[in-house]
Amino acid sequence: MTTRRSALSRQPMAIIAVCMLGVLVLLAVFAPVVWGDKAVAADPDSIALPLSAEHLLGTDKLGRDILLRTLVATRLSLVMAIAATLIGACIGLLLGAMPAVFGARAQRWFASVVSTWLAFPVLLVAMLTVVLLGPGATTAVVALALTMTPSFARLAQTLSSRVGGSEFLAAARMLGVSRRRQFTRYVLPNIAEPVIVNVTTSIGGGLLALSSLSFLGVGVQPPDFDWGRLLSEGFGEVYNSPVAAIGPGVTVVFAGLAFSMLGESLAAHLRNREHGKALSPRRLGPAPVAERPAETPSATATDCAETIVPLLEVDGLSVSFPGPDGWIRPVQDVSFRIAPGEIVGVVGESGSGKSVTMMSVAQLAPAGAAVTARRLRFDGEDLTGLTPAAAGKVLGTRVGVVFQDSLTALNPALRVGTQLAEIPRVHGAVGRRQAHEMAVRALDDVQIPDAAHRAQQFPHEFSGGMRQRALIAMSQIGSPSLIIADEPTTALDVTVQRRVLALLRRECAESGAAAIVVSHDVAVLAELCQRVLVMYAGRVVEDVDIALLATPERLAHPYTRALTASLPDLDTDRTTPLVTIPGEPPDLSRPITGCAFAARCAFATELCRTETPVPVPHRHGGRVACWHPQDAIAPDTTPGREEVGA
Amino acid sequence: MTPSTSVSGSRRGGYRWLGFLLRRTGRMLVAMWVIITVAFLVLRMAGGDPVRSALGATADESVVQARREMLGLNDPLIVQYFDYLAGLFRGDLGVSIITGRSVTELVSHRLPATLELAGIAFLVVLLVAVPVGLGIAIITQGNGRRGVETVFTGVTAFIAAIPEYLLGVVLVIVFAITLHAFPVAGRTGPASYLLPVIALSVSAAASISRIARIEALQTLKDDYVRTARSKRLPAWMVYFRHALPNMLTATLTIGGTLLGAMIAGSVLVEQVFNWPGLGMAFVGAITTKDYGIVQGLALVYAAIILVVNLLVDLVLSLLDRRTSLLETS
Ligand code: SF4
Repeated sequence: MTTRRSALSRQPMAIIAVCMLGVLVLLAVFAPVVWGDKAVAADPDSIALPLSAEHLLGTDKLGRDILLRTLVATRLSLVMAIAATLIGACIGLLLGAMPAVFGARAQRWFASVVSTWLAFPVLLVAMLTVVLLGPGATTAVVALALTMTPSFARLAQTLSSRVGGSEFLAAARMLGVSRRRQFTRYVLPNIAEPVIVNVTTSIGGGLLALSSLSFLGVGVQPPDFDWGRLLSEGFGEVYNSPVAAIGPGVTVVFAGLAFSMLGESLAAHLRNREHGKALSPRRLGPAPVAERPAETPSATATDCAETIVPLLEVDGLSVSFPGPDGWIRPVQDVSFRIAPGEIVGVVGESGSGKSVTMMSVAQLAPAGAAVTARRLRFDGEDLTGLTPAAAGKVLGTRVGVVFQDSLTALNPALRVGTQLAEIPRVHGAVGRRQAHEMAVRALDDVQIPDAAHRAQQFPHEFSGGMRQRALIAMSQIGSPSLIIADEPTTALDVTVQRRVLALLRRECAESGAAAIVVSHDVAVLAELCQRVLVMYAGRVVEDVDIALLATPERLAHPYTRALTASLPDLDTDRTTPLVTIPGEPPDLSRPITGCAFAARCAFATELCRTETPVPVPHRHGGRVACWHPQDAIAPDTTPGREEVGA
Repeated sequence: MTPSTSVSGSRRGGYRWLGFLLRRTGRMLVAMWVIITVAFLVLRMAGGDPVRSALGATADESVVQARREMLGLNDPLIVQYFDYLAGLFRGDLGVSIITGRSVTELVSHRLPATLELAGIAFLVVLLVAVPVGLGIAIITQGNGRRGVETVFTGVTAFIAAIPEYLLGVVLVIVFAITLHAFPVAGRTGPASYLLPVIALSVSAAASISRIARIEALQTLKDDYVRTARSKRLPAWMVYFRHALPNMLTATLTIGGTLLGAMIAGSVLVEQVFNWPGLGMAFVGAITTKDYGIVQGLALVYAAIILVVNLLVDLVLSLLDRRTSLLETS
């Protein structure tokens, strides 16, 4: 509770709102006591005076000071708005909670009544009520309460379904918690906070609505007066004294703003507590970079064929996201190279940073992510330190991306053909018709039947496999030299998977493009790739020839060995988790000391927990980041490495 | 999924959509019937004897009786009710108690002014709020520019707290009275639209732009926006071609009752600017206790708002059909 309050008091908006409300409450309590008589006593000597030092807002037709009347009106205006909101909230919440008792049918019926009711604007319902009951302050309050009822009823409905179905309540029930305690401990707190937020904002809206009614002359009737009434009187005299209307107007806005600001900061506070808003850039500080000093000999030295200039060279890539407690580091110090035409797989559990790494390389990291690298080169061009936009421009269509979920990756509002054709249209500077023809040809290339017709359709008219093939066509249309495929087959069933994989392999072979295929599925990679990068907790832990996966005893890293322990083929049911390594991947929002796998590793030693292993060339021809490699062909003689007890 | 199953899927969706249409129309008719009945009762019950209170205490008893007879108020209630319903089907909205003139005629004279005002203001709101919301979302996406975010939410909260009529009053004072720049009142020409439209649209634009920003932030995180970025399209294309249409549907869904609210808001703005629309007549009838006119105009307002809501719902569901279909099939 204390932490919650201190968090709220850190919001400047909440503090300002509370101060404004304090002023209003003081006025509402004391103004009528102090100035009440003066505000209503007619003074024939000072009729309709303009503003002066004595009467800051002038006087009205009966010689009463408008400023005093405005201040005195605070009480009636506030009391009416609060009363209307509370009545509306009570009735609405009761009505909304009731259908839950009567079952689903009643709930649906009631929901439809509520949404019809909600469709009527506040003002219209209020005016009809006024007609029925005759104008006056009480009527205005009743009218406003009536218009507020449905929104509270809807709130109660959503809340009761949310709380009623929640797990903690079921648990409490199972544990035999008394009904009363269930209510006070579990139900009430979860309902109370959203209701308080809504009541606060509704009072603000109510103030404005009531002043509108009074302004129209159908709300508060003379001799009573609220701000709306004063405004309407002032507007009547607007040619003589414009300020007479401005004064009450300012107070209306002031009060409305105070309540809506308070409601909003309360709501924002609740939201942040539920979802955890990221820290502000100032409090986050600069994004972390890979700790390894740059003088260390490049760890990428031995991968891919050394003789060729690599197509892609990544050294010391780190990606950080802003989180509620500081930077979250999904990718740390990742280095690798891709040779032209080479097909490399990236494997790891979800959360291992494999997709984030590749999206960052493609300059497609989400907004807000901090991407740093010691060295990032593509096809001989240096991208190190460029902004994503600038680097993206350099890459152009030379990197094609096949995205994971073909359903969400295609724009639902645009025709498939258009989404393909815009690439040659923008980059190839070809005409509309020609670009469209290219799109149709690309679709035809990926074996989409009747491509000319299909190009005119929207993504939802495609089947899942066709959408994925359309995405492949999209990645191909700019003739890239590197294709990055992010889980290209995850959403598909087995037969479709085969076709898509075959298609990817064919496209790479025909175009000679290199490819990076990201997957959590070793079997998929085994079908396509020559080499595989194994990632764990944001780091590359092993980089090996794909052939070695078939002989697990030659793999060096304990994690890779566990991952491939039961290498399935494409026909194995892969809805069940592949590997069952006991334990959980580490929390990436905290800095990890030592090897991230240590907590789950059977071979972990003290060294593993204190020193982070970096990928170094290994005798199996690849790289391994482990203090105790497990491919026990020969005893490890690398200096600085301890012998593993046999 | 083969092509044939996807086709049958969309046909099933078509039926579902038809069902949705029927349900919505049915709900609207029920709501309309409730309003008609309430309006009917208003004329018969408000303030004891509505005719006496409309014509005033000094009016001759024989005049009052004659007016009652003319309005059919001496028949049994149930007969009156069916007469009233039958009249509505003929397009007869009743008569003014005070003058005895047809309300239908009044509506046909004044409705265009109101619809023009609300319609133009609605367009202004969308044209201003959606681009502003998108623009601010583009600037504030990710974790940067907290300052822009704070200023934007602060300013829009302030503007949204200014009721339409108050802004109207301020505009009248500043532009019409002090600067003599624009017509103060009435509907006299293109220039006379400017101030009422501003008064009606500014605070709505502020709240819609906040909704639009939230929706745009959501849309900018969507996968297809990343796909568009992967094509290295120019920024304007990513935002306007790929993000905008999708964000528009979402914004309209939330701001869907906006048009109805603006029609109601026009009542106040008409009052401030002496705009010869339905609102002036409505408020006038309430203050002069002419419940014949009140009854008729309440129906018209209710009908407009219900129809507008229905239309917005239908347009949205049509736009949304392709996406919602995917979720259900
Ligand atoms: S470094 Fe140590 S803890 Fe990490 S994988 Fe190797 S043996 Fe296990």
